[in-house]
Amino acid sequence: MITTNKLKQLTIQELIDNYPFVEIYFEDNKLDIDTFKNQTFIDYLNHFTEEDIEEWAIDTSKLEKDLIAYINQMIDMLGIEEEDIVDSLTIIAGTDKSGNAEGFDELTIRKSEIISIVGPTGSGKSRLLADIEWTAQGDTPTSRKIFINGEKPDMKWRFSSSNKLVAQLSQNMNFVMDLSVGEFLELHADSRLVENKESIIQKIIEAANNLAGEKFDLETPITRLSGGQSRALMIADTAILSSSPIVLIDEIENAGIDRKKALELLVGEEKIVIMATHDPSLALMGDRRIVIQNGGIYKVIETTDEEKQILTKLDEMDRYISGLRQDLRYGNSLI
Amino acid sequence: MNLVTISGPPSSGKTAVILKTIEAMKERNLSVGVVKFDCLYTDDDELYEKAGIPVKKGLSGSLCPDHYFVSNIEEVVQWGLERELDLLITESAGLCNRCSPYIKDIKAICVIDNLSGINTPKKIGPMLKSADIVTITKGDIVSQAEREVFASKVNSVNSNAVVMHINGLTGQGAYELSTLLYTEEDNIDTVKGKKLRFSMPSAMCSYCLGETRIGDDYQLGNVRKMKLGDENDNNK
Repeated sequence: MITTNKLKQLTIQELIDNYPFVEIYFEDNKLDIDTFKNQTFIDYLNHFTEEDIEEWAIDTSKLEKDLIAYINQMIDMLGIEEEDIVDSLTIIAGTDKSGNAEGFDELTIRKSEIISIVGPTGSGKSRLLADIEWTAQGDTPTSRKIFINGEKPDMKWRFSSSNKLVAQLSQNMNFVMDLSVGEFLELHADSRLVENKESIIQKIIEAANNLAGEKFDLETPITRLSGGQSRALMIADTAILSSSPIVLIDEIENAGIDRKKALELLVGEEKIVIMATHDPSLALMGDRRIVIQNGGIYKVIETTDEEKQILTKLDEMDRYISGLRQDLRYGNSLI
Repeated sequence: MNLVTISGPPSSGKTAVILKTIEAMKERNLSVGVVKFDCLYTDDDELYEKAGIPVKKGLSGSLCPDHYFVSNIEEVVQWGLERELDLLITESAGLCNRCSPYIKDIKAICVIDNLSGINTPKKIGPMLKSADIVTITKGDIVSQAEREVFASKVNSVNSNAVVMHINGLTGQGAYELSTLLYTEEDNIDTVKGKKLRFSMPSAMCSYCLGETRIGDDYQLGNVRKMKLGDENDNNK
């Protein structure tokens, strides 16, 4: 914890030594502290003239408060302690659109578990995902409650920008930044303050190539990745670099990536995976599936062994189809 | 009545966020009105009207949009009170990326979008830095990693704000935002005497007063020259 008092005592150099990440703060706020390293941050703020303050739209008292908040958030984020680890997520029933009680009492999902969500468009899947993201406490239209590790969660999951409960893999996985894969991963790693950046980046690119049909490398511009490669990179990045313990997936498209391996990767990184899907081979990979009707959870179905056998059949069909695809690609006859 | 000021660059999704948020508030039987400030053109008022939301618009035309805002806000507040609104939202585009018509003690929200580029948070002044809530839009068209990087850039320039992701098309997150906008205790009946959070850019040069000719002879008032001489070539 850093306080205003401490900020008054430490020189900027000492701040940088103790909290190296403050350099990002100085850089993003365009604060040129180079010649002030032996003075305190407060001295630095006081050196601005009235004119500077107006010219560059500087709010010194806000900069001071923000720096304290920033350092404390970063300390929190770096020292992810036992209590921050999410082992389970519990959904406590609310009501559907007509105000009827939902068809379950409570549902606990544990780390490394996959839950699928099924239900027609407009039935309330997004609301369920939003309830989880917002850690609803009976204060959303469904009146559901979300508990973390069996307890009422800390409000930081709701409001902090660095401590998000949920990472969301949407259907659209476009990249808009003009960067190479390597530069992009580095930027993301920087924002997460990871220490062993090089090896993490290596791990992500390997995992991504393991999912994608065609290989790519760290030099490839991200905007030139194919749909499948983008999805693979995104899934690998979320699994390995995102701090969010829960991953929401909105129907992974079939094209260009090994979806089974993708789910295994996410679950292997000890995440809770919640996936909206109507694809039988994905839905059956879930341990359970939530059925949504009229805005509420209508029932929760345990995937039975008999159902899992269908999966074997589906796998065979998948292999058959991808075999045909492979033949087409290499110009072989399909007979 | 509650008053909330929302601003953000053009096309960042302010109107979509406001529409979805009001939709969520209607279920709580709150009456919400909007006053839209813009510079040359807006047809957003039609969108609000279509949604049955009381709306007024003000175009600043040849005036600095935020000077226009601050000279009209009290009358706008009185309009909202006459309509017996529970919540009045003002919406304005921060056209020079510095403008921030935020008022002390009045909730301030900045809307920016994920597509605007990684260095945008650094470029935007008080409009972003002094907001209480920053809502980031268009998250559905970028990757999860880009969302995280962008949010962390926002956090480093405004560490005290609540940062929320909202999808203006589906409304994901809008319900959550709506819960932060209205508090029964925040009753105001005037903004007279209140202060802006940050001073506005200074102006008043001959061009403000309608001069159109170019050259030293015609420049009066607040004039500043760029350093273009050779001796300044080392200046980055």
